[in-house]
Amino acid sequence: MSVVAVAHGPDLRLIGLEDAGHEGPASKRIITGYGFWIFLLSDIVMFSCFFAAYAVLQGQTAGGPSGAELFNLRNVAIETAFLLLSSFACGMASVAAEVRNHFWFQIAMAVTCLLGLGFLAIEFREFADLIARGAGPSRSAFLSAFFTLVGCHGAHVSLGTLWLLTMMAQVFAKGFRADIQRRFLCFALFWHALDIIWVAIFSVVYLLGSAA
Amino acid sequence: MSDIHGSPNQADLAPGEDEVVSVKLRVFGYLVGLGLAILLTATSFFVAGTNLVWQPSIPVAIIVLAIAQMGVHLVFFLHITTGPDNTNNVLALAFGLLIVFLVIGGSLWIMSNLNHNMMPMDQIMQMQR
Repeated sequence: MSVVAVAHGPDLRLIGLEDAGHEGPASKRIITGYGFWIFLLSDIVMFSCFFAAYAVLQGQTAGGPSGAELFNLRNVAIETAFLLLSSFACGMASVAAEVRNHFWFQIAMAVTCLLGLGFLAIEFREFADLIARGAGPSRSAFLSAFFTLVGCHGAHVSLGTLWLLTMMAQVFAKGFRADIQRRFLCFALFWHALDIIWVAIFSVVYLLGSAA
Repeated sequence: MSDIHGSPNQADLAPGEDEVVSVKLRVFGYLVGLGLAILLTATSFFVAGTNLVWQPSIPVAIIVLAIAQMGVHLVFFLHITTGPDNTNNVLALAFGLLIVFLVIGGSLWIMSNLNHNMMPMDQIMQMQR
């Protein structure tokens, strides 16, 4: 790559840039990861808008139940544990993908998937329970903001689970090719970023909501 | 090809990528991250439900613990570090954080100002009569 850059550009030795780390275009893996990182940051900016809406509307319960009456912190602790452990399992899958170990990659991805599904099951049950108790998204501005924010994260986890299964199938069928490795790098970034957003949700929505 | 990583000429790293080290060391890195995250989460949940600390400090403590845990996730799981090979990733993160703080801080500031200056709702209702 650096040969191409030198051939088409000015001679780097003449302008003193040869030691400045200019070796031509970066590898495809770095560019893909960087682009996906930019997407993740834009996703985080979108979540910050939902967080802002939630923070503003938190007290507007319209005479309905407040967070302190609705939230079950034991469920939230289990959800948090599931998501954190699945993030760790995804890290193990990254290590396995790097050393191209099919067996441990599939095991770690399966664990990641099961923990993600467990998280989704608990969240779904919580939502169904709230709606059954008459505290659905149409009850008050507070509950609308709550369902939008937490539901948006849940939708991300659902899509991430589909992506996870796709990656398992692709690695199984095509092996650790360079393009598959890049896709997996993006998936791992996505999964870890979802856990970061969950940290904000359980702190701001659940813990602060039931402390207030 | 350019996809071979760990070549001595490499000046940049993708986010989520670490320098080439042994499997044991990489697993150990994730384990350290997991341990710190569990510690911070447990403290957070403990602080939220306890009477042992001064009550008004609880929201601040929860937010500080959350920010610390996000930092742990960034460093140990996403491998965003301060190294020279990570400059682009860190700059993008810094810009993202700027927008996040503007959106959240700005919304809270403006809305609390409006709440403060607006007449209580029952008085508005009486004026319309």
